[in-house]
Amino acid sequence: MLSRVADACFWLSRYMERAETNARILDVNIQLMLDFEEQNGGTIQQHWQPILATLEDQELFSEIHTGISGDAVMAFVTFEKSNPNSILSCVSVARENARTVREQISSEMWEQLNRLYLFLHSPAARSAFIESPIDFYRSLVDSLHSFQGITDATMTHGEGWEFLRAGKFCERADSTSRVLDIKYHILLPSGEQIGGTLDVTQWMAVLRSCSAMEAFLKISRGQVTSWQVAEFLILHDSFPRSIRFCVDGLDQALHNISGTDRGHFSNEAERLSGLLRSNLDYTTIKDIFDRGLHQYLDGIQLRLTEISNALVSKYCTWLESTQRQSQTS
Amino acid sequence: MEGLFDQYEVQGFYDEMFDSSGRVRPHYEMLLQRFSEMESADFERKKLLAERTYLNQGITFTVYSGDEGTERIMPFDLIPRIIPSNEWEHIERGLVQRLAALNLFLHDVYHEQRIVREGIVPEEIIRSAKHFRPELVGFTPPKGIYIHVCGSDLIRGGDGQYFVLEDNGRCPSGVSYLLENRQAMKRVFPKLFARYAVRPVDRYPQELLSVLRHVAPDGKSDPTIAVLTPGIYNSAYFEHSFLARSMGIEIVVGQDLVVLDAKVYMKTTKGLKQVDVIYRRIDDDFLDPSVFRKDSVLGVPGIFEAYRAGNVNLANAVGTGVADDKVTYYYVPAMIKFYLGEDPILPNVETYLSAVESDRKFILDHLPELVVKAANESGGYGMMIGPHASKEEIAKFRDAILADPRGYIAQPVVQLSRSPCHCGETVEGRHIDLRPYILSGERTVIIPGGLTRVAMRKGSLVVNSSQGGGSKDTWVLDDGGAAC
Repeated sequence: MLSRVADACFWLSRYMERAETNARILDVNIQLMLDFEEQNGGTIQQHWQPILATLEDQELFSEIHTGISGDAVMAFVTFEKSNPNSILSCVSVARENARTVREQISSEMWEQLNRLYLFLHSPAARSAFIESPIDFYRSLVDSLHSFQGITDATMTHGEGWEFLRAGKFCERADSTSRVLDIKYHILLPSGEQIGGTLDVTQWMAVLRSCSAMEAFLKISRGQVTSWQVAEFLILHDSFPRSIRFCVDGLDQALHNISGTDRGHFSNEAERLSGLLRSNLDYTTIKDIFDRGLHQYLDGIQLRLTEISNALVSKYCTWLESTQRQSQTS
Repeated sequence: MEGLFDQYEVQGFYDEMFDSSGRVRPHYEMLLQRFSEMESADFERKKLLAERTYLNQGITFTVYSGDEGTERIMPFDLIPRIIPSNEWEHIERGLVQRLAALNLFLHDVYHEQRIVREGIVPEEIIRSAKHFRPELVGFTPPKGIYIHVCGSDLIRGGDGQYFVLEDNGRCPSGVSYLLENRQAMKRVFPKLFARYAVRPVDRYPQELLSVLRHVAPDGKSDPTIAVLTPGIYNSAYFEHSFLARSMGIEIVVGQDLVVLDAKVYMKTTKGLKQVDVIYRRIDDDFLDPSVFRKDSVLGVPGIFEAYRAGNVNLANAVGTGVADDKVTYYYVPAMIKFYLGEDPILPNVETYLSAVESDRKFILDHLPELVVKAANESGGYGMMIGPHASKEEIAKFRDAILADPRGYIAQPVVQLSRSPCHCGETVEGRHIDLRPYILSGERTVIIPGGLTRVAMRKGSLVVNSSQGGGSKDTWVLDDGGAAC
């Protein structure tokens, strides 16, 4: 496979996943907002600011907007063209990449992605958004899920598909770590207790934004505590959005690409992913909280970036002179 | 009772669907019947349906204004152009003959130049042709084939006779529209389509692939083949990708390739892989910055050396532009006689060369009545249609001709035939041409029909998509016996 094509598949997939993460986070935050009766400037800011912190977009946001409001944050994360991580930008970049590899992906995949792109650029998207943001984000997530399904059902599960899968899992592991980290940025108002109503509601929102509510409740038998939620989203071995599951998928994709057996490595990307994978296999939630959840998640994000960089330099190095995509976050 | 066609008038032009008395031609009868049952609104709905498919599939070209490109679809007209089988056989024989002569001409031009020595074509014409490549004198591409893919534009005059207007022997484009138009028509009018025995066009990519395999260097049996594109910002990118996809081969940009020891390699995730044949959609000028234009960022340094060394083949060959120069065009009928000893089956449009003194005088005296074309431009650029031109434009071309007589030719205005087209509320006649795609490999293959291009603007004679032209599906009828 051409190096350029591998590069395009990897990033196409990452950007689609990033768009999905954004839609999920916004959806959940709107719902969370609605659960609070008292809404003044302080609470509003308190609810929307963490989103910007999680997505690492605060600086750009304050260049465009003067104050934080729900509408401003939603518009910024959804439609803002100058925000390279807005849903609109992510889908546009994904489509740009797809256009360069149309002979690799199936026509069905291209059409699904292109329809989504055309929709987001149409006035219909704005009016759907205004009418019901919740429905809008849900249908966006639906479209993105369809893309995943179409990809698995119509594309040969060969090298190109493995690069798509590597991109998907790499981005998804990163995004789960960011969603979890939102909770770190939301400070409990004074008087609220850890384990109190507000705390529990916030943890439930984190679960919902990972579509993990139902799966989690089956295991926890109704209890929602920070430890349990974090353990589930970081260490669960078969929930498809847990960090461990995603890193395992990433590691598997990398090994399938090179044909090396799992447990061995033939390049730096595989070595790093194998290392992270075994760390996740043998870490306990107590270790994580002893070290500090936020610090641990930061470490995960850093290691994912290293794996991503190693993959790019192993398989796509020919592109050095024309690297377009340097915004590896 | 005819609804859509009630107000239709042929207005003295040769009309594809109706004869001069306004009676429908026999091969259009079923079509007229079907379309007469429809209201304009139905028609509009079907058209939107077709256009939506084009947009979703990304069958678009990009129009740049400011810093943002807008993607547009090429206007598509739902009323097909129908060609009876006997007419098509005539066209096909004419094109096969013409292409045989053009390939022989190219070989001759880059070798003995018999045609010059025997006084058929003046040496000066060849030496001064912009796309003549002296670097290739003495070089023979694999199997002696130069123009692997040719798009020759045909038009019909007032009496319906077919003429060749020009040959495109470098990188003719548009074949993807031909194939997609067919898909759209099958979707929108399945029953009507089934009632006509229309010869299929779908095998074009496979035919192209067998041409490319046939011309692999040293007769290599399982060559690695790639399509070379300028990239996604090229207006024909959709087509490049479409063809690569339909042939199941890689599409590459210049930076995907590297030349080592006069061999061309693709940069892959598993290392370098040698490429044997390249269907390149980049002009000669941009192909190799180490030989041709130094400022080209699209090309591959060293690829020309690899080509000359016989380690890679390029389709079309380098240097074919000397055959589709509009001055060379003038000599094609003579070439056919010279190389094949036959009379041309498809005539040229009458042409005057401003390089020839007597012709030049005639041209300058009759500018307001003539079409003047720059010898090396394409896409409807560098052209003046006398009767439609302003005084300033005419003066500009007069100066240009005097300054560079070799650079221009002139032709009488041919009133291209018209075909009914759906224009908003009504159906009106619009001028059309036909670009068949001719493939030269083991044998010469022409996909039945071609791309019918439509000058969508009322009264306009310019069909190029860059000038607001559209297209329609072209149905070549099978009268039963013809194998295809």
